[in-house]
Order: sequence, then structure tokens, then C-alpha cells
Amino acid sequence: MNSINVRPPEYLLFEAKRETQFITGSEAVKEAVRRANIDMAISYPITPQSESMHLVGDLYAEGYIKDYFRGENEFAVMSEVSGASFGGVRVFTATCGPGTMRAFELFPMWAGARLPIVCAFMTRGVNAPLTIQPDNIEMGFLLETGLLMVFAETAQDIYDMLLASFMVAEEKDVHLPVGVFMDGFFITHTREQVRIISEDVCLPPYNPKTAPVAVMDMETPPFRLMRDPFVMKSNFVSYAAHASWQQEVRAAAVRSKKHFNKYLKSPLEIENPSAEIMIVAGGTAVSQAREAIVMTKEDGIDVGLVKLKLIRPFPSTELALACAGAKKIFIPEFNIAGWLAKEVASIIPDNSRIIGAPRVYGGMTMPPELIVETIKKNV
Amino acid sequence: MSEQITRVCPEFVDVMPREYLELIEKGPWSGDKTLKDTGTFKELVEEHPLCAGCNLALAFRSIMASLPNPADTVMVGSTGCSSLIFMQAAVHNIHGLFGNQNAIASGLKRALELRFPGRTKDVVVMAGDGATADIGLDMTLHSWFRQEKITTVMFDNELYANTGGQESGMTPRGKVAYMAPTGKKFNKINMIELACGAGCHYIAAVTSARPMRIGDSIRKAIIIARDLGPTYVQILTPCPTNLKIQPEETIKMAKDVEQERYAFYEYISEEAKMLLSSMEKNK
Repeated sequence: MNSINVRPPEYLLFEAKRETQFITGSEAVKEAVRRANIDMAISYPITPQSESMHLVGDLYAEGYIKDYFRGENEFAVMSEVSGASFGGVRVFTATCGPGTMRAFELFPMWAGARLPIVCAFMTRGVNAPLTIQPDNIEMGFLLETGLLMVFAETAQDIYDMLLASFMVAEEKDVHLPVGVFMDGFFITHTREQVRIISEDVCLPPYNPKTAPVAVMDMETPPFRLMRDPFVMKSNFVSYAAHASWQQEVRAAAVRSKKHFNKYLKSPLEIENPSAEIMIVAGGTAVSQAREAIVMTKEDGIDVGLVKLKLIRPFPSTELALACAGAKKIFIPEFNIAGWLAKEVASIIPDNSRIIGAPRVYGGMTMPPELIVETIKKNV
Repeated sequence: MSEQITRVCPEFVDVMPREYLELIEKGPWSGDKTLKDTGTFKELVEEHPLCAGCNLALAFRSIMASLPNPADTVMVGSTGCSSLIFMQAAVHNIHGLFGNQNAIASGLKRALELRFPGRTKDVVVMAGDGATADIGLDMTLHSWFRQEKITTVMFDNELYANTGGQESGMTPRGKVAYMAPTGKKFNKINMIELACGAGCHYIAAVTSARPMRIGDSIRKAIIIARDLGPTYVQILTPCPTNLKIQPEETIKMAKDVEQERYAFYEYISEEAKMLLSSMEKNK
């Protein structure tokens, strides 16, 4: 490992010269982590996530990460990363599907404890019956955990969003965990051209002293000293203490938006905004929609596209504006629940415009023809 | 909260709670205080919120009065009665979830080692028997397998006390409890043996009736954990509320159980013995 120079996040994300490499999504995770100045990473195997954490392990062996180990299960790993974060270091892990479900109790705890953990989710279906195939239903379950959520369409997104996520998570007016989501296999195990910067620069280190809550290191006075803990009390003050903290966590999520806007440039991207038919999508459904739009154009049907990059906090105003002129809004998804369609329906007027289709799940692919067919049937 | 990092603004001294000021002025921060000095210093805020006669509270006080390095000790707890008294002590304490205390402590200890190389930061896990031996058993054992440099303390009241007295793995066989209406059908988990098999360098079983022994075991456990790896102290802490005994009878009960089936036990690995004797020589 050669010497590494700390540079501002703006330099890494926007200014530094980039070169193109032909790499997988898992390798894009590795290249982002290499430059993220991470102190510790903790892993646990699950398909299709494992490869990324193998590669992160290689970075530890190369000296880019100071501590790394395999935990005993996802609940334990998410606990171990929280211990590390409580102790004031920058920490990374990744999981998916059944692993997400096993660790579930930790995600609201991370948010409630204001831990700026970054976790990648290589989404996968959940059992039963047993499946290891891509399906992003776990995102629907995670929407109200307090986790900030960004959704990658490509390996390029994975690389850029991971670097951005550490910066947003650690902002002192945010200090919340960020999940970086990607459709498992579809982009983790395929190669594409990714523009990345040289290996000799990295993000500034995490400074735990800027945390809005005390770091558990006995370097500051304990502030919770009390004789009667709130949990013992059945009274208004104890309820109000918990309620106001929940509000504060959500307020911190709202405050994260300006930082996401800065580092992701925008919470969503719009193509062909004047079209009367719009597709709203996230993840690889965006790529499939792009292909479909080329095909509908040949048939003389004009279709626009909204790519959602930020899922939590949800870019409600921006999306409502982007859909203001649309007569039909199609929402293709890789899950049976249609969590994104429900999300969109909850924030835009005139829901009769929404067609929550096509939906594929259980590992099925989404051919662009399926999107075209769905559009033609409904217009 | 050592006196080096805590100062009360002179203008606020008259409105600060008395006990907070006392913790600053007469806290245990020098690290050379033991139970024998109790009364000459303040280890935690008085008037605990647990039941009258609670032996967990008694054991907790014995521990807090014996920490070898309180100014640099972080506690990790779990859900249960013990989680209600941690904030009475002036040391950082983490409540994570139910059962994941040893996993949190593993990440925490490693983080503190990265951030404070060459400085001693002790991580002490304190949790009940349900958290340690039932819901969190995998994480307890795996932290020991991985040789994490942490001390694990179990408050063994032999049942789930905070939820109202249900059977736990540490309940003795045959005992009738909630969720074991005809008596527990299997033996009390032998955590001492498991700790030994999993590679703990110091193991002790004591009862709440022996505060001096608790103090001695805790000091050894923390000092050995710093250098060598995991250590385990199991403390019998009878629960008056769920065992339906009078508050004043709990210490007698601890003594009776000690006679019957909870004799003092101490295991020190060869490496740990060498460490302790070299420390003794260097004194």
C-alpha cells in the first residue's frame, strides 16, 4: 500500500481525474471502500453479498482498513458494528435478504442511537420457499426504521453513493445510519464501465468529537446520570422523552436532504420531463425502463423517466413536481408488494394516474418488452 | 467522568444535584479504591430504583466500588433489571438490545483500541442470566472464542426477573416458574464449564453475600482481560420479588444457596497466573 492522501469529499466525488475500469458491482464496493478511510469492517457471508465483503477483507489484508473480522450471524454483526460506532470509529458492513431480516432489530436501534454506520444491501428475496435470487422486498420492510436509504442503479452509482453516504451519515446535524441498496446479482455480479479515481486519495477521517451524542469512550462526562430511568416510569415525561427523540431522529433525516443534494447532486433524475407518460423507478428497474423507452419511441409513444436515487428521506416535493404533467405514471418494481408504488401514491395527487406495474419477484427478470406491453395495455 | 474532564461552572454549583457534585469531588477515579474504602468515596448515585432487597443492586454496587480503572471503563448492558441501574454510575454505559451485549462490547473494545493505542480502556459487560445464557448465548460464546479482551459479568437470579419471573436456562432443574408450570425439565446451564471450554482466562462464581470476593474477582477479571482475553464472573443475585421472599432474607438465601450448590469457584489460566504474579512483583 502506497501513501494515501486525505482530500475533501468534493475532490473525490467531483473534481479528481477519473479513469474507466471494467468491473463488477462488488468490485465497485471495494473501490469505494478503499477510498473511504474506514477504520473497521465486519462481515458475514450471504449470497449475493459475500463477494463484496471478501474484497473488503482483501483491503484489510492490504492495509486499507485497520480491523476486520467475520462475525457469527447478521444480528451479531450489526451489533458489533454498532459497538464500533459507539466507540467512535468509521465502520462498514453489508448484508441482504434473510440477513437483513435476521438483523432487523438493530436498524431502528442504530437510528435511535444516532450511529453513522454505512451498510450496503445487495437485495435478495426472503424465504420461504428458499431463494437466493434478486428481489428488493426487504427495502419495503426497512422504510420506517430510521435508516437513510439510497438506491443504486449501476456499479457507478454504488461507487459514488457509498462515498457520499459516509459523508452524509457523519454530518453533525444528521448522524444517522445510511443503507446503500443495489439489486443483488443484477449489478453486483455483472461487469460495466465504472469511472473511478486513483488509489492514493481517500476521504477525510471520521471525527467522533463532532457527534451530536456522546461517544462511549469515557472522554466526556456521562450525561445520562439519573436515579430513575425513564423506562421505569409510566408518566407523561417518560413518554414525551421517547416521543421527542423519535421526532428528532426524523428531523435529522429531513436535515440529511441538503447533504444528499450536495453529494448526489439531486435526489432524483428526470428524463423527458414533458412526456404525458412517466415511469418512476429505482435500482435496475431504471435501466430496464430506459430500454423500454427506446422501444416505445419507435412505436411513436412518448415516455419520460424519473430515476429515484434517494428513498429515505423520500424526495416528495421533487417527485410530485416531476409528475405534475403526467397523465399516466408507471412504476416497475422487483418485488411483489409494490412498496415504491405505495410510496409514490402517498405523496402525489390523483392516484388514478398510477399503474403499479409491471412487478416481477422471486428472482424473475424484467425484460423491457414487459414494460412496453404494460404501457401499451394502459394507454 | 474523571475530575480531569468534568468541571461544574461555578455559577451553577448551587443548583447542581448534590450527588452529581459528590461524584465529581469524591468519585472513584484514582482506581485504587476498593470495597474496604466504601463510605470514603462515592461509586454511584444512591437510592437505586430496583426492588427493596434486590441483590443485583447490591452486587452492582460491589462491582462499581471495585473497578480498577473507573475513569476509563465503559459498561455494556442488556435489557432487564440491570439496565435500570447503570445510569446511576458515572461511567459511560451502552444499552443495545436484549442479548447482544457481548457483540456490542466486541466492536466497542476494538474501536477503543484503535482510537487510544497505548491507553487502557476497559470494557465490562454486565447482564442478567437470560441475556447472557439464553437469548445472547451465541454472542457470549463467540466473543470468548474470538478472544475479545472484555470482561463478562452475569447477574444470575436464576430466572427472567424483569418480565415477572419466568424460567431461564440458569433456573435449577425442577423449579416451578412462569413458563415452567410443572417445573423446569432440564439442568441449570453450566456456564462455568462453557466459559472454560470457550477459552476464558479467568472465571469466577460468587454470590452476592460475598461483596469482598466480588470485588476481588472483578479486579482480577478486568486486569486479565486487558492483556490476555475474555474473562467471566458469574454472581448469584437472589430476587426477592420473584422468589417471593422478604427483602431482608435475600442475603441469607444467597448464603444458603452458596452452601448448597453455589460454592465459590475460581479458575485462573496459567498465563493469567503468570500475569498476576508479575504484576504483584512490580508493585
